[in-house]
Formats: sequence, structure tokens, C-alpha cells
Amino acid sequence: MASLIAKSPCAGMAPISVGDAALREVDPGVITSLSPLAGGDVGALKAAHGMAFPAPGRASGKAGARAVWSGRGQAFLIGPAPDAALKAHFAMTDQSDGWAVLGLEGTAAREVLARLCPLDLRPDRFKRGHTARTLIGHMTGSVTRVGADSFDLMVFRSMAQTAVHEIEEAMKSVAARG
Amino acid sequence: MRIPCPLCGDRDHREFTYKGAAVALDRPGNSDWSDDWDSYIHLRDNPAGDTDEMWWHGAGCGGWLVVTRNTVTHEVKAARMAADVKGAGA
Ligand SMILES: [Zn+2]
Repeated sequence: MASLIAKSPCAGMAPISVGDAALREVDPGVITSLSPLAGGDVGALKAAHGMAFPAPGRASGKAGARAVWSGRGQAFLIGPAPDAALKAHFAMTDQSDGWAVLGLEGTAAREVLARLCPLDLRPDRFKRGHTARTLIGHMTGSVTRVGADSFDLMVFRSMAQTAVHEIEEAMKSVAARG
Repeated sequence: MRIPCPLCGDRDHREFTYKGAAVALDRPGNSDWSDDWDSYIHLRDNPAGDTDEMWWHGAGCGGWLVVTRNTVTHEVKAARMAADVKGAGA
């Protein structure tokens, strides 16, 4: 039997550095969608993994163990495998292999993203710990500000190549303007 | 045009898909054919002015919204989660 070798979604495509922006692939670990069950206690997430269940548009936790709001009545637990105690409180699905995760960093990162997303990305409006489900180019995705000049981007895995291409084009376009 | 999604905030209209007049919220309760069903399926008011519409925030939170929009000026006056309008909870 052939032995299969796992490939990351953006293998061979990143990292890329253009001007004052850099794009790299992020290994997210385990991604689990959490939808609170009727009568469940969202506080179970904090008890099990230390971060609050995020309000709409917010992310909690820190790199390596984050909860990111991912839509109406849903958040992604990103990093740790979900504790069994969560089962009583959330409907859960493993989405680890479904997403490509990219880190966009640098002083030009916001300008690059502004060419791709219809969001108000000014630092006083879209702060560290804020997240949005939105468009990245013509793909639906997730954008989270994880630092002053640092964003985590998620797109469906099948879109990885398109995402890297479109982000690279935007990076070149911003850099060309000087 | 921007739509103030109750979950996501002010968002560009390209994130949304238009469904039509918000009649889907008033589906007749009876299963037998009646004038109510005829109206529900076929008849629309087509007002010049404020109207309630269904918009889907497909590139955002995934929620259905009831948006009050002025069809003459395109001013968007309000948006509510359809689930709240229906009283179905969040
Ligand atoms: Zn929304």
C-alpha cells in the first residue's frame, strides 16, 4: 500500500515577501466549529480551553489556541483538539483539513488587505482581536487582526492557490506604488 | 450602498444577496389553497418608498436580514436579523 504524505494547503506557494508585506502559511493545528446547543453553556469553552466563547466579530485566546467567531451562532476553536467536555454544550465538526490559513504581516499589510476586502480596516475600527467573515478578493473567508500589522486570513482549502495568487498581486500592487 | 448587519456592522452590499420582498416571513399557516396563498406566491406591492426586503449576508455571518430600504432613494433605514423578526431566537 502506498504511504501517503500529508501536504499543507499552501505547500510550495508561501512564504512570499514583497515590499513591506510578507505572507506565510500558518499551521492552525486542529480547527473545530462550535455551535452552541440550545440549553448548553458556552462557558464550557473557557473551562476547557481557557478562552471565552467569542462575541460576534471577536476572537479570544492567543496564537496556538484561539476561538474565532465564524458566523451566526458559530465559532472556530483553532489549535487544540476539542476537550470531550465540550460535546454537551456545542455541536462540533472537525474542519481542520477544510481551510487554508495564511498570515499577512508588515507595515503594508493593511494596505494590501484593503485592496481585497470591503472592510474598514483602520486600527481604531478593526482592532487586535477583531475578526470578520467577509470577502477576500472574490472568495469568502475569515480575517482576524492578531497584531498591529498582522492578520490571519482563512479561505476554503480548495481556494488556497487563488488566495495566494490574489494576495501576492495585491502585495506587488501596493509595493509598486512606493 | 451599505447594509448595517446587526451581527457584522456596516458592510458593503457586495457581501449580500437580495431575495426580494420580505413576504417569506408571512407564509400562510393553512395548507389548503386560498387567496392568502395566491397573494403570498404571486402578488407584490412594488412600493415607491420604504419597503421590507430579505437580504442574505452570505459573505459575512450567513444570516438572513430584514432590511428596510427606500426604493426611491436607496436609503437603507434599518436591518434586523430575520430570526429575531420571526421570534425564532438567535
Ligand atoms: Zn452579517
